[in-house]
Amino acid sequence: MKKTSFVSKQADSLKPSGIRRFFDLAAQMEDVISLGVGEPDFVTPWSFIEHSFHALEQGYTSYTENAGMIDLREEISNYLLGSFGVNYDAEKEVVVTVGASQAIDLALRATVNPGEEVLVVEPGFVAYVPTVSLAGGTPVTIQTRPEDDFKLTPQLIEEAVTPRTKAIILCNPNNPTGAALSRKELEELANVVEKHDLLVLSDEIYAELTYEDVHTSFPAIKGMKERTVLISGFSKAFAMTGWRLGYATGPQEIIETMVKIHQYTMMCAPTIAQHAALEAMKNGKPSVDHMMKSYKQRRNFIVSSFNEMGLECPNPGGAFYAFPSIRETGLTSAEFAEELLQEEQVAVVPGDVFGESGEGFVRCSYATSLKQLDEAMRRMKRFVEKRV
Amino acid sequence: MQEQEIEILQLIEKNANMEPSKIAKLMNITEDEVRQLLRGLEEKKAILGYSTLIDWAKVIQQEEVTAMVDVKVQPARGVGFDKVAERIYRFPEVKAVYLMSGAYDLSVSVEGKTMMEIGRFISEKLSALDSVLSTTTHFILKRYKHDGIILDDDEDNDKRMVVSP
Repeated sequence: MKKTSFVSKQADSLKPSGIRRFFDLAAQMEDVISLGVGEPDFVTPWSFIEHSFHALEQGYTSYTENAGMIDLREEISNYLLGSFGVNYDAEKEVVVTVGASQAIDLALRATVNPGEEVLVVEPGFVAYVPTVSLAGGTPVTIQTRPEDDFKLTPQLIEEAVTPRTKAIILCNPNNPTGAALSRKELEELANVVEKHDLLVLSDEIYAELTYEDVHTSFPAIKGMKERTVLISGFSKAFAMTGWRLGYATGPQEIIETMVKIHQYTMMCAPTIAQHAALEAMKNGKPSVDHMMKSYKQRRNFIVSSFNEMGLECPNPGGAFYAFPSIRETGLTSAEFAEELLQEEQVAVVPGDVFGESGEGFVRCSYATSLKQLDEAMRRMKRFVEKRV
Repeated sequence: MQEQEIEILQLIEKNANMEPSKIAKLMNITEDEVRQLLRGLEEKKAILGYSTLIDWAKVIQQEEVTAMVDVKVQPARGVGFDKVAERIYRFPEVKAVYLMSGAYDLSVSVEGKTMMEIGRFISEKLSALDSVLSTTTHFILKRYKHDGIILDDDEDNDKRMVVSP
């Protein structure tokens, strides 16, 4: 008897991540310098680690409240107020999650009805589109343009909105382009958001890593707090990717619904990570500032190196990615990345895996030691010279 | 301007050997500006020298021996501890001298080829000074971290996956 597939149609229809394919290729090679890593090169600051040792010794190994330890939620609330001027009630408007990724998933599942459309800005983080689909929504992508430095504009939202549009996912500063939106630009977006009565999922995981302007949090814009779920976490600025800890804040009704789903599907975020995060919130600022400064120097270095070798690269305002154009070489993003890996053992991520408008660009993370960056730039220069 | 001075100092503090062209790129300024900044800092003696941190044990078999010596002294009228400190820090065997609060007065770091050699310096030179009342000598057995640098730290050991979203 013919065995039918046990895999669900919906799961089966999800596109495999382009990053995954490229990872498999790079993993087989030796002496690879990777600019493909979406995480800090710093190890978690020692005081956070040491604090978690202490918590373990004290026997903090059980579950916490579903929404996360109240101490931590209070610290997050204080931190957001102090850093970005947004005020959330720790009891009712904050949920601690397993990374910002889970916060995105919860926010979508808590708000999207079948058939409703969610706008996803591309080039963007690879998880948004599948997460919208899994939540039963219909992802509608917006392609930002290189001539706008990949910044989202009100015009682009207007063109994508339909009567079925429920929400928009913003990522500011952006992965993979590093584009950071100013307060004025966000205010212009807010007008359109209000006009079409949209919910905003504002992914601000890179907020602290903003190099030119001071970061403006979307809910800090007038009228936006009641229609925004702010998503952030500890992975990037606090160098805690492996601890898997994020959070969401927003209107009580939405956060309570998120906690309801969270309690059935996850119970709570890892207890030991919550203790480390407590220390990060209380005493982490000097470490974050130190790392931020170091990323900024390396950004300056990589951007001027790309421009010198003839790969046009605008100055990214945030995150730790440069997104140079590789069109001068006459290669597609995928060809460029594959040939570069084969010839020079440097791994970069083809821009098109982040959305079609990323074609012609590659994502290069500068969260890599200066020594490695220096060598990577030497190798890339050699590679580009052969082709231009 | 002062912000740039601090930034350049923090860069060369960890690597005095960093080329001006690289410093220029990191700070987003020109190479001329880098040279100008460095010259300015040298002139006002904010930069006192460019020394190299060496693990001598990797080059010659004979390891250097270092002792931290706690010294109690008799301060002199008018000059306090400064005069006796100078008598001590002028010796080339002495690598560092600090005035301390607490149970003793001067902390003196002494380097030599052998324990015997250091012992001889302490008994014949240091203890023999008139104003030195007593010395307690501690030999360094192992260096874990020196001048902010963790020895045997494998910083190239990157534990991250090659590609991640």
